[in-house]
Amino acid sequence: MSIFNVYLTGVGGQGIGLLSGALGTAIVDVGHKVLGCETHGLAQRGGVVVSHLRVGEGAYAPRVPPGQADLVVSLERLEGLRGAVNMLRPGGRIIFYDAEYQPIAVRMGEAVYPKVSDIEAEVASKGGTVERVFDEDLSDPRMQNVALLARVAALGAIDKITPARLEKAIAASVPAKLLETNLEVYRRNLGL
Amino acid sequence: MSIKQNLTNPEPWAGLAMGNEAVARAMIEVSTRVITTYPGSPVPEIATTLNLIAPEHRDFYFESSTNEKVALEVATGGSLNGHLSTVFFKSVGLNVASDSLIQLSMLELIGGLVVILGDDPGANSSQNEQDNRIWARMSYIPMLEPGSPTEAYQMYKEAAALAKRQRGPVFLRLTTHVCHAREVVQFAAMSGEEPDWTPRFDANNGPYWPIAAAVFPLKRKALQKLQAYEALAEESPLNRVLAPHGVAPVDSKRLGVISAGIPAYSVLENIDQAGATVDLLKLGITYPLPSQKILAFLEAHDEVVILEELERVLEGEIKALAYDNSVKCRILARPDWDQVMGEFDPVRSYKLLAGFWPKAFEPRDFPEPSAEVVPRPPQLCPGCGHRSAFHAVKKAIESDTITVADIGCHSLGSLPPYNMGEVLLCMGHSVSTGAGLAVKNDTRKVVSFLGDSTMFHAALPGIINAIIYNHNVTLVLLDNGTTAMTGHQARHGSGEIGDKIPIIGLLETLGVQKILDVDSYNQRKLIAYVQEANAHEGFAVVIARHPCMLKFTRASRKKSPGLKLPKIAVNPEQAADALPAMEQFGCPTFQRTEDDQVGVSEDLCIGCGSCIMSAAPGTLKIQRPLAPAPASAPSPDGAKSPGAKSPGGVK
Repeated sequence: MSIFNVYLTGVGGQGIGLLSGALGTAIVDVGHKVLGCETHGLAQRGGVVVSHLRVGEGAYAPRVPPGQADLVVSLERLEGLRGAVNMLRPGGRIIFYDAEYQPIAVRMGEAVYPKVSDIEAEVASKGGTVERVFDEDLSDPRMQNVALLARVAALGAIDKITPARLEKAIAASVPAKLLETNLEVYRRNLGL
Repeated sequence: MSIKQNLTNPEPWAGLAMGNEAVARAMIEVSTRVITTYPGSPVPEIATTLNLIAPEHRDFYFESSTNEKVALEVATGGSLNGHLSTVFFKSVGLNVASDSLIQLSMLELIGGLVVILGDDPGANSSQNEQDNRIWARMSYIPMLEPGSPTEAYQMYKEAAALAKRQRGPVFLRLTTHVCHAREVVQFAAMSGEEPDWTPRFDANNGPYWPIAAAVFPLKRKALQKLQAYEALAEESPLNRVLAPHGVAPVDSKRLGVISAGIPAYSVLENIDQAGATVDLLKLGITYPLPSQKILAFLEAHDEVVILEELERVLEGEIKALAYDNSVKCRILARPDWDQVMGEFDPVRSYKLLAGFWPKAFEPRDFPEPSAEVVPRPPQLCPGCGHRSAFHAVKKAIESDTITVADIGCHSLGSLPPYNMGEVLLCMGHSVSTGAGLAVKNDTRKVVSFLGDSTMFHAALPGIINAIIYNHNVTLVLLDNGTTAMTGHQARHGSGEIGDKIPIIGLLETLGVQKILDVDSYNQRKLIAYVQEANAHEGFAVVIARHPCMLKFTRASRKKSPGLKLPKIAVNPEQAADALPAMEQFGCPTFQRTEDDQVGVSEDLCIGCGSCIMSAAPGTLKIQRPLAPAPASAPSPDGAKSPGAKSPGGVK
């Protein structure tokens, strides 16, 4: 049975819940079977937060096995690199928002924060494709997730998840009073 | 359809749901009446889901108790009155609750009691990965083990039905990735039973008094009930044989796997991918085991692999069963001691199966990480008062001072750049472990850390002990007024539920001789207080308080959407002086620039100013936005404490 594995990642506080919630809803709406899983607890405090979505009949266990993600979606550059290194399958695709949140080792001067070219080189070595997302006009960093979702839809990265489908799922997930600003960001980043 | 909109929908419906959410719906569907908990990952979302229903609209009573033992006892009382009751907490919570739990199977719990465990194989958010299946054996309590949200929902209902019928406790053992898995779950209609709160406790249903010789008739009854459960396990469809590719052909070796929970689903995925003709006996009721069903499965196969996570519980019991019955089937299990560590995902289970049966599961190469990536440990949030406290305490103490950590957000003080908190056991241990470290120790001071929530949970006996024996320990009580780590549940005594219990008044009443109280943002005063407490012979308490700024900032933003917070700016003329704020104070707001200077993340800074005292005067300044800043944050202990607008002591 075929499985399409989506691995979502970011830093605690970046709003990965909306990413997985909206994608999960949209995937169910188009009639696919989906099995997902989130990480919680300690990781919420500025650590790595990940969410797994496994699309198709062949998925029984809820987490994407290492090196088997068809699609990595990251809200942050270093986590994008980590997703590419640990999770991306050969020939897979990564879409990342180019936010920078340095971990303590970088801030203490003990390690170096990666460059965009590090991700590109890693993905190239696996024969995959990479797309960097960055919205210079974003008024609030908490809408990076919506900008990223727009690119996932615009690129047709997940079977049947069209911009209109995903917009519907976002509308169902975002509180009413924040919806208009979010949809504005979404539509702007579709770039169609 | 979402759980948020349909939690109390009386009709059947289907929708995406997390394991924890599905369990909450199951509780409501079958009219569970008394529900208690103590928050802890991986199960806090059960409470979040139940709290979607306002107290006045509930057909059930729900409380978040002071600790797991209290929660278990309240639920037990509910059941003794004839109400279907449920308690839920994390894996290690059972250690706290165990003193009461161990009696339960001996008692007639006329309403039934479901004990939900959030076990944590892989120690994703716990101090160990203890296997609570062993507790089922020790306490004679049957155990059900789901492996998906759908099963979690179904098995809660089954556990509740069994508990009611057998008038006793039943374990529902969830694991982290069952709690947090998400899939479409088909829910049934509500039972719609009208609540009947008649207190039906009757001592004649007992005896309820297991002491000395009176224990034996009660223990006998518990064992008899266990036999009845075994008969139920034999017939239960929760213990069933799955064979996606048909039963193995008779002319080749007949292969089978026995497993439960998520590992069973990992095996199913392996069988499916490999197209292997291997049968799976998936156990849903894992205690007591269905002996006849297992024997029949063993006899129908030439080789059977027992694939379980953590301890060798199924392996030992099934091998003993096979030995007693002279079964010819070859029983295989995890060969290495290190396989009792960590979770069994499909990669790990595939490797194990391929090792035993390379024809059925062709050995495959699984990708290994291609490079090292800088780790990202969790950290204290921008504005966290604990950061200010750890930074100050580090400056206040001698280099040979022994520091003791406890459980909570403040456990993160043990990580760089603070390294404050060198020993960690469990909730509330720090004062007493510190006391032992101070015994006959005249040369090295001992400083113990503790959170306010954890103090109410399990530290009060240790504090009383330290007072009585005047143990030479300085307790730094990190008071943020909430249970932050698990999602800001109300802290007992904070005033959010019931009346406020003033911490200073409590400690004074207990007899603490030296109590010093300061807002953590006031570094100079905090340093002086810690030194003063350390100079005191005997038990002293420094309360380092500041409200949880994550909670406070979220509330401010919710109240006024589009709120512009002030931001910290580095004085360009003193750029080099800002390095300690980034490297030692370590607020995530400070980001290293390409030329090794200190940058400020606009995304992260909340403009609290807690960092100002960590750099030379004049280096860091607050820049106010044009829009109004939020009002001052309330202090957890009532005293006026400046919040985001004017940080404490940094004027």
